[in-house]
Amino acid sequence: MSAAELLLVKNPPRARVSTRFLRSELKIIFGRRRNLAGMGVLAVVPVILAVAVRVSAPGQGDGPPFVSAITGNGLFVAFAALALELPLFLPLAVSAISGDAVAGEANLGTLRYLLAIPAGRTRLLVIKYAAIVIFALAATFLVAIVGVIMGLALFGGGDMTLLSGTQTSMADGMWRLALSSLYLAAQFSALGAIGLFVSTLTEQPIGATIAIVLVNVFMFILDSISQLAWLHPWLLTHWWTAFADLLRDPIATESIKRGLITALVYASVFWLAAWARLSTKDISS
Amino acid sequence: MTSAIADSAPVLTSGLTKRFRRQIAVDRIDLEVPDGAVYGFLGPNGSGKTTTIRMLLGLISPTAGEISLFGSSLRAGAPAVLRRVGSLVEGPAFHPYLSGRANLARLDAADRYSNPRDSRSRIDSALDRVGLLAAAEKRYRAYSLGMRQRLAIANALLMPRDLLVLDEPTNGLDPQGTREVRHLITELARAGATVLVSSHLLAEVEQICSHVGVMYEGRLVAQAPLSELRSSTVQTVRVDTDRSEEAAQVLAELGLSDIAISPGYVTATLGEVAVEKIMPNLVNADVPVLGFAVLQPSLEDVFVFLTGEGFDVSG
Ligand SMILES: Nc1ncnc2c1ncn2[C@@H]1O[C@H](COP(=O)(O)OP(=O)(O)O)[C@@H](O)[C@H]1O
Ligand SMILES: [Mg+2]
Repeated sequence: MSAAELLLVKNPPRARVSTRFLRSELKIIFGRRRNLAGMGVLAVVPVILAVAVRVSAPGQGDGPPFVSAITGNGLFVAFAALALELPLFLPLAVSAISGDAVAGEANLGTLRYLLAIPAGRTRLLVIKYAAIVIFALAATFLVAIVGVIMGLALFGGGDMTLLSGTQTSMADGMWRLALSSLYLAAQFSALGAIGLFVSTLTEQPIGATIAIVLVNVFMFILDSISQLAWLHPWLLTHWWTAFADLLRDPIATESIKRGLITALVYASVFWLAAWARLSTKDISS
Repeated sequence: MTSAIADSAPVLTSGLTKRFRRQIAVDRIDLEVPDGAVYGFLGPNGSGKTTTIRMLLGLISPTAGEISLFGSSLRAGAPAVLRRVGSLVEGPAFHPYLSGRANLARLDAADRYSNPRDSRSRIDSALDRVGLLAAAEKRYRAYSLGMRQRLAIANALLMPRDLLVLDEPTNGLDPQGTREVRHLITELARAGATVLVSSHLLAEVEQICSHVGVMYEGRLVAQAPLSELRSSTVQTVRVDTDRSEEAAQVLAELGLSDIAISPGYVTATLGEVAVEKIMPNLVNADVPVLGFAVLQPSLEDVFVFLTGEGFDVSG
């Protein structure tokens, strides 16, 4: 028995439970210039929107949802920005991060070193997915918070008129905004699970990202074909605009609930698919 | 106890096979790396060394056969035993926009068994051992090929390991770097680690190996302590003399083969002839002998002897 072996016998190492791996993953995601630039683009939308509404004549045109309400209460900048970024920008950001998750490491070759440590394939997928969810939260709240700041600065706050016509307090409006952001982050996290799965299929992160965006757009297209109404409730994106229900009094919970269940099912199914794929995959990159 | 220790050889495979779509990359090999050995895993490019190493590290699954590391089966899905193994596989691979130190910190963070409190000092000492401490803060993308290779070796040394699996560790290194790596391997072995080092350059590892496994077209054509392997191979004798023609005739009469006459000396393959009979016969024939030697076969000679072919790329 070698000296080193004796050492290990005497002090059997114990696996530690810690957030170190997750924190290192987040450092890589949020430290990467490409990702910071992407988040910059996400944050610019509420800024442009608020300024555009501010400098244009009042009561001009209908525009996107919520926009006409902005002059009444600045909080609506945040809701309008979320509605504007929901079809492409936010899903694109989540697609880029989730597409890179495994394929990026495979592409660099770092996947083989992570697995040889051994980081553990299941653990790697748990950490990667946790980082995607945190990114989805960060991206959604970034848009909302920049929207709030711009809105309050240019239009002021105060009581707000909900979509159902009732008046509510500023604090209640903020609370509803937080819930909307959480709801959307959950939806984007489900898209991130699709992304994680796609990411285990290839060694090309850009290809994976494009594929995820295509899946997302494809769901939007299917959702817009009324002859396929039977299919719509099964589409993840069908439920995304339901976040507006949080702006009614009382809150219309039916769609929100079904949206959350759909997101949970998508997230579970695709995370498991990613696991089934990665746990048996030959790492020959 | 003795048998238990023998069973827990650092690396033991039986019938290990890997078939890719069109070819068998590794063909029923029975690898045995004894405890404390520096095992030279040798073979030309494409002979299946990296594929074997990937299987040992659980990166790809064997088509057939068994792997046990320190007595625990890798099949059982418990890669926990891999914590005892430090590795370098098929060249370095790191995040290009992170520094060397940040890259090691990332890999250390991914290790469930590493202690975050001494992470910094372990990273520094690993970088120091490969002579990379001064360039620790540079981005990986600015590293030269040799520096990248050193960083990959540093990664294998982040934690105390019982087994180091180093796939072509001297690739991309200059002669000085190659010497340093050889020295490092010798040092690690002296400290009690077992080392499996692959190379397609026989001469590069010849000096440091205690054991050798020779791969050829996916098969393990030889595996033995180096000294044993050498003595099992053809031995060549060399007679220095100014009368080479007459010397050659004496050797031929004794039964040596492959006699080659050169100005100033003669070489011949010893075969079954007893070495001690050569000198008296030369003297009796009045051949002036200026020098006499039995040449140790180089690993290259051993390889040619085993495969009947040169040390070229196999498809
Ligand atoms: N992922 C793969 N898919 C198909 N063939 C492969 C793959 N990896 C290796 N091979 C083939 O297996 C053989 C052995 O390769 P390898 O183990 O890398 O050899 P070595 O490391 O000894 O140079 C080669 O012929 C190579 O082309
Ligand atoms: Mg190789």
